[in-house]
Amino acid sequence: MHIRTMADYAASGESPEILFWVGCAGSFDQRAQKITKAFATILDAAGIQFAILGKEESCTGDPARRAGNEFIFQMMAQNNIQLLNAYGIKKIVTACPHCFNTIKNEYPELGGHYEVIHHATYLQQLIDEGKVRMKEGGSFKGKKITYHDSCYLGRANNIYEAPRKVLEALDSELVEMKRCRSKGLCCGAGGAQMFKEEEKGTTRVNFDRGAEAVATGASVIASNCPFCMTMLTDGVKEQGKEDSVQVLDIAEMIARDLAQGN
Amino acid sequence: MNIVQELLFVIALGAGIYLFTGKARQIWRNISLGRDVALNDEPGKRFRNLLLLAFGQKKMFRNPLVAVLHFFVYAGFLIINIEILEIVLDGIFGKHRLFAPVIGSLYGVLIGCFELLAVTVILGCAVFLIRRNILKLKRFVSKDLEGWPRSDANYILITEIVLMLLFLTMNTADQVLQSRGVEHYTVTGSFWVTGQFTFLLSGLSDGTLIAIERACWWLHILGILAFLNYLPYSKHLHIVLAFPNAYFSDLRPKGKMENMPAVQHEVAMMLQPELAANAPADAAMPKFGAKDITDLTWKNLLDAYSCTECGRCTAACPANITGKLLSPRKIMMDTRDRAEEVGLNIKKNGSFQDDGKALLRDYISEEELRACTSCNACVEECPVSINPLHIILQLRRHLVMEESSAPQEWNMMFSNIENNMAPWKFSPDDRDRWATES
Ligand code: SF4
Ligand code: SF4
Repeated sequence: MHIRTMADYAASGESPEILFWVGCAGSFDQRAQKITKAFATILDAAGIQFAILGKEESCTGDPARRAGNEFIFQMMAQNNIQLLNAYGIKKIVTACPHCFNTIKNEYPELGGHYEVIHHATYLQQLIDEGKVRMKEGGSFKGKKITYHDSCYLGRANNIYEAPRKVLEALDSELVEMKRCRSKGLCCGAGGAQMFKEEEKGTTRVNFDRGAEAVATGASVIASNCPFCMTMLTDGVKEQGKEDSVQVLDIAEMIARDLAQGN
Repeated sequence: MNIVQELLFVIALGAGIYLFTGKARQIWRNISLGRDVALNDEPGKRFRNLLLLAFGQKKMFRNPLVAVLHFFVYAGFLIINIEILEIVLDGIFGKHRLFAPVIGSLYGVLIGCFELLAVTVILGCAVFLIRRNILKLKRFVSKDLEGWPRSDANYILITEIVLMLLFLTMNTADQVLQSRGVEHYTVTGSFWVTGQFTFLLSGLSDGTLIAIERACWWLHILGILAFLNYLPYSKHLHIVLAFPNAYFSDLRPKGKMENMPAVQHEVAMMLQPELAANAPADAAMPKFGAKDITDLTWKNLLDAYSCTECGRCTAACPANITGKLLSPRKIMMDTRDRAEEVGLNIKKNGSFQDDGKALLRDYISEEELRACTSCNACVEECPVSINPLHIILQLRRHLVMEESSAPQEWNMMFSNIENNMAPWKFSPDDRDRWATES
């Protein structure tokens, strides 16, 4: 698969259907890169014309803003908006709820107006439209799966059903954790916590969440956020269950079971 | 009723209302110490929130059993206030059951309903007392509530029970007197609840019954006036402020952080210096973030005064659950305490005199602020539409932008973003390496 950048499209005078905003984690974190590739694979299989910004993309500024550093946030945001506007971007899809939230909710008042879609919603649309089809008897069929609501998709933006609908397409058995949907427990990474040690406490947030997820007896914990992915993976390790319980992004799950000739 | 009683009543009523409005004005002043935000857009949505969240108590129904009990107490308390209208008019004009002849046979039905509500209020309050003091639910034994807040909650519940018992005893005595045709006691027929209990008092003389009825009447209304004046010092103020607070609650997606136009402007100048030529010369250096309550918005302060200290926020807070110091309920209680302190300072000195204190550090520590994951669980849970996260984020802005105080790891993250366009130390050139690797 050849992945084209916005610059490539602009050079040939074309414009893509959507911009795939990869985000910092999706670009640099080794585990999250797999999510990025999986999502690109799905887009490609569905015949969607998409572009990335490539080297031109920068951090949205989310962690800086939430840590309290508005200057750095504004620098990143205004640069990104200039770039997006220069390319005439209309529609953005991203696999990171933090990028999604920032671009969708915080960029407009700085002059960046786009249709922004999180990959959970986009995948659901592609499945509903029949552009993405799953093969018969896929690898998740009948398997017990639990889904972790990321705070920035769920409470922050009220998206609870789309990721669950996507999981339905896999014909697996969804078991909910006690704390789910609007009551979901944070993975512990938001608000720039990802980038520092937790404060002193009795346990770590991701250990607590990992234990809860493992206790459902599910063999797969589905997530939709690269930061949740890291935190939950550590949580599962802490439970000593890394061999029997996998943490997978919904995009990876879909990519694994795509029907031939999609 | 003789003229002395009428006079005493008017004096008590006047004093009660006078004292209450005095204190209410102080609270209003304290809330106005916050910086201004415009929260008047989309009145339609705001009215919906008012109806659903405040009148309908939508958030309470996340736990249906508690919601029903709370609803009884709330509805009972509100509706019985209609009864108070009659009591007040009776008191002023020296009448008894002024509305009875006006409403006719419906009157008994109405009082019957009030009595049923009074019973549900007693039941609800009793269950709440048990939950707090005997079952010791986790969110009620928290150290946030040590001292006054815990007693406050109990006082309110006990007072409500006493007020309702007075009301019911008064009606019981009244009916025995009615049945004996004692002068002044309007005949209304039997009431639903107390009508069943008249036998308890039927052995007493007219004089004793009148004394009981009058004593209950006076204690009931004086109790209500005292309660009214207790409200502003108590978490129970939420019965008033929950309404405006729901109306003014945030309509934007919870993930959206408040913009800082001053910083936006400054950065725009840096990035596009050509704009600077026609920009107005900047006035005083703006303050970044919040250090004290005067830097917060009036909505944050209204939040603080509306907080009912129920601890639903804290019970859902991932930081608190895992043993960190942060408790969003404490953030709200601290903000209210500091606002009261600043208010007293103003009252004493005419205007605010520096007391060497601030909300930040004297009340809320850096450690608490640092532990927040901005997960919005507290905001989601609060039945009174309070947003503790908003306060936390403003205090964090002060720490980082005014004091350059951040954990070393955050400073690294900041400089990585500034230099490498990502929070990690990777080369920006490698950003799309994944696309070429297999
Ligand atoms: S937003 Fe912060 S204070 Fe509120 S529940 Fe989440 S971690 Fe706790
Ligand atoms: S902020 Fe809301 S949820 Fe938290 S204690 Fe106060 S009223 Fe309860």
